[in-house]
Amino acid sequence: MNAPARLDAQVNGDCAPVLRERGQREVFCGLTGIIWLHRRMQDAFFLVVGSRTCAHLLQSAAGVMIFAEPRFATAIMEERDLAGLADANQELDRIVAQLIARRPDIRTLFLVGSCPSEVIKLDLAKAAQRLGEAYAGSVRVLNYSGSGIETTFTQGEDACLAALVPVMPALPADAPTNLVVVGTLPDIVEDQFRRIFADLGITHVGSLPERVVADLPGIGPNTLYLLAQPFLGDTGQALDRRGARRIEALFPFGVEGTSDWFHAAAAAFGIPTSHVDAVLAPYRARGELALLRHRDRLAGRTIFFMPDSQLEVPLARFLSRELGMVLTEVGTPYLHAGHLARELAALPPGVQLSEGQDVDRQLDRVRALRPDLTVCGLGLANPLESEGLSTKWAIELVFSPIHGFDQAGDLAELFARPMRRRDVLRV
Amino acid sequence: MQLAVWTYEGPPHVGAMRVATAMEGVHYLLHAPQGDTYADLLFTMIERRGKRPPVTYTTFQARDLGKDTSELFQTAAMDVVARFKPDAMIVGASCTAELIQDDPAGLVERMALPLPVIPLELPSYQRKEHWGAAETFYQIVRTLADKSRRPSEQASRRPLVNLLGPTALGFRHRDDVAEITGLLGRLGIDVNVTAPLGATVADIERLGEADFNILLYPETGDLAAQYLERTFRQPVVRTVPIGVGATNEFVREVAALAGIDPAPLLAQEESRLSWWSRSIDSTYLTGKRVFIFGDGTHAVAAARIAHEELGFKVVGLGCYNREYAREVREAAKRYDVEPLITDDHLAVESAIEAAQPELVLGTQMERHIAKRFAIPCAVISAPVHVQDFPARYSPQMGFEGANVIFDSWVHPLVMGLEEHLLTMFRDDFEFHDGAGASHLGPGHAAPAEQPVAAAVEAEASGWTDEAALELKKIPFFVRGKARRNTELFAAERGIATIELATLYEAKAHYAR
Repeated sequence: MNAPARLDAQVNGDCAPVLRERGQREVFCGLTGIIWLHRRMQDAFFLVVGSRTCAHLLQSAAGVMIFAEPRFATAIMEERDLAGLADANQELDRIVAQLIARRPDIRTLFLVGSCPSEVIKLDLAKAAQRLGEAYAGSVRVLNYSGSGIETTFTQGEDACLAALVPVMPALPADAPTNLVVVGTLPDIVEDQFRRIFADLGITHVGSLPERVVADLPGIGPNTLYLLAQPFLGDTGQALDRRGARRIEALFPFGVEGTSDWFHAAAAAFGIPTSHVDAVLAPYRARGELALLRHRDRLAGRTIFFMPDSQLEVPLARFLSRELGMVLTEVGTPYLHAGHLARELAALPPGVQLSEGQDVDRQLDRVRALRPDLTVCGLGLANPLESEGLSTKWAIELVFSPIHGFDQAGDLAELFARPMRRRDVLRV
Repeated sequence: MQLAVWTYEGPPHVGAMRVATAMEGVHYLLHAPQGDTYADLLFTMIERRGKRPPVTYTTFQARDLGKDTSELFQTAAMDVVARFKPDAMIVGASCTAELIQDDPAGLVERMALPLPVIPLELPSYQRKEHWGAAETFYQIVRTLADKSRRPSEQASRRPLVNLLGPTALGFRHRDDVAEITGLLGRLGIDVNVTAPLGATVADIERLGEADFNILLYPETGDLAAQYLERTFRQPVVRTVPIGVGATNEFVREVAALAGIDPAPLLAQEESRLSWWSRSIDSTYLTGKRVFIFGDGTHAVAAARIAHEELGFKVVGLGCYNREYAREVREAAKRYDVEPLITDDHLAVESAIEAAQPELVLGTQMERHIAKRFAIPCAVISAPVHVQDFPARYSPQMGFEGANVIFDSWVHPLVMGLEEHLLTMFRDDFEFHDGAGASHLGPGHAAPAEQPVAAAVEAEASGWTDEAALELKKIPFFVRGKARRNTELFAAERGIATIELATLYEAKAHYAR
């Protein structure tokens, strides 16, 4: 009864063909991930090697400035840095020295590549190696690219975590099986998940990333990993290369997704389904109760996802299966068919998926469909609202605790609130 | 390279966006990688505009770099013309596109598009947002202003002026334009064109029909004003009417150019600031120590108001836009302070900490700094945040602007009698300086760990217990200064231990 719902097999083709578009993409670049990554990893500092635009993006995307001195900064390139790469490297060394003198508490420094640093081919991997040697023993220096020409929004986290995989400690072949939960989760969600894993009997559980980089979990041939976020393609590959194996599951959004996620983990550890059902039952009951409140408002209402965070497919699955919402178009910047296989299979037949974007054409479709709710970025939300269309800003889905049983109601609330507000207002 | 956590100004193409977004019928085609579209949210979220900025980004990706990004640009140009049908198009590159050297100007020129196309050269690695806005506006005016237009015969009409400089995302530009337009109207002067804010291509074409120009925002409008001065021989009013004194001068200057007698209007209209400031309730404002930082124009204007119209003492003055360093240096000389010209917010923070002001007038950056130090603050300049776009009418310019300024600068302060009571009964358990100003509610209490005060108390070594205790009885916003003065006084006289008497001897010595 409480076993995960059987997923209708739609592996090949009950979805309409994926609409692939190429045009203006109204999305953030991967640098934006620094906004949450720098809060998560408390011994790390993110130094973007970029332009004034990068610095401006970071402070604008944060919406409000995090004025406790943030653990990120931008090394803004100037005219003379472009003249010669030797000088740019020297300048970078100078900036890093300045930074480490100012923040002696930094243990891991990420050099984060940007569009301009990539275009001028400033080799940050080499720079990280050079600086890592210079600060050996005190600061570890890693690098990844958050540039807009390489990454879209949450792909920045993917690139960052992939850069961490090589520094995870190696576990021997006879080490007990351990589980790594991959993807940044809010502290409260992580704690809930750890409690459930403990109740299930899975004891060796670590996270990528951990709250401090120094505590990264070990990895070896007996490591299993469970993705908590759907945008971690490169990180998954890096983990595979180190011999870890992925546990295939729905993503832990909503009661169904979270149940499936825990069931899959438990199955991989050989834990009997009956025990899992027993452990999860109270959580499921709570989650379902919390969803009930929102189902009336959301069932039968139409929703359109503009591409943003790659969370679109799992969230669409949750909204359609657990809340009865009607999916019009589910857009995503990048469709990772492998990691999303189960999610795609769980979508209702015939749903229109789109990958990539031509924002003006997509807005034409929104206007033609007039969905009850459009999930979109901050640049588009108010303009659509002023045309009389309700919107949900997508970035809130990345900044709020939405995973797990006890957040299922909150997640539904995020979608219900814009509609409730529209119903309440008389102005 | 420059290490930056926060920046006062965005890149120059954001300045160009502020101009394009302010205008009607102008589209900006920006060669830029994906991600640069973040700038849209400045307008849709911070300014709450109900329309997307008229900007199309080519959003090229790494895979396009090996192929033909210039083709991508040309396709985008065709799409803009077909979809948005603008009256004019500006084209340019963001920082990354500048590096790949696709030459947007040359590309669109070859396309021979059926509308005016204005290429922009905005060097991203040298210049910043304000300059980008000024240059963009100048290029638009230079290209589109019809050189055959001249003012019509003056006998048959009222004097006609252009208002130059207001943009999208400006600090109170919307309301300043309304206020100054109204003031000019009452003076008997009509506005020919306001630009860029609200201007169409047809408006720009007829700039030459005005008798003279009024430059409201030098940071964004001066390049265009200079061009119009050269080309159309239009005089420029450069007095920025922020504050009572400046508004009076502005009215006289405008009236002189228009051949109008300003006396009736000046007799009739007066800001309430003048009487509010002279009324005895405001006595307590005398000598309040104020630190001012912002764009050059707003900072200089604020310093004058603070000094002449509110009786504050200016203890710090600076700007983040180097282009206006000269004006700020001159003003700093008048108020006998060291000018602070920097775009490093950490340097500004140190300067504020050292000056220990009772009020900070600054940008959103200084608002955050002041919050950390628990110093009252009012925002006087961009960069702006969503709070700087109030729903109500709240200009900075003209007589009403002076009223707004009086309220918004004075309200954060502890009020007169309350200040006295705080000083008299310092041990009251609920009415003490740590509790903050009573009219501002609990959110405005001085935080428990207040860096400035904490530093003061921690470092009060060399003081007898009795003297240290007495120091604590001095209100927190002047305590730091009292401590510094006393220690300086003691050091100059070779006094090793500061006693109660030393504190009061120093007080007498430094009495204003």
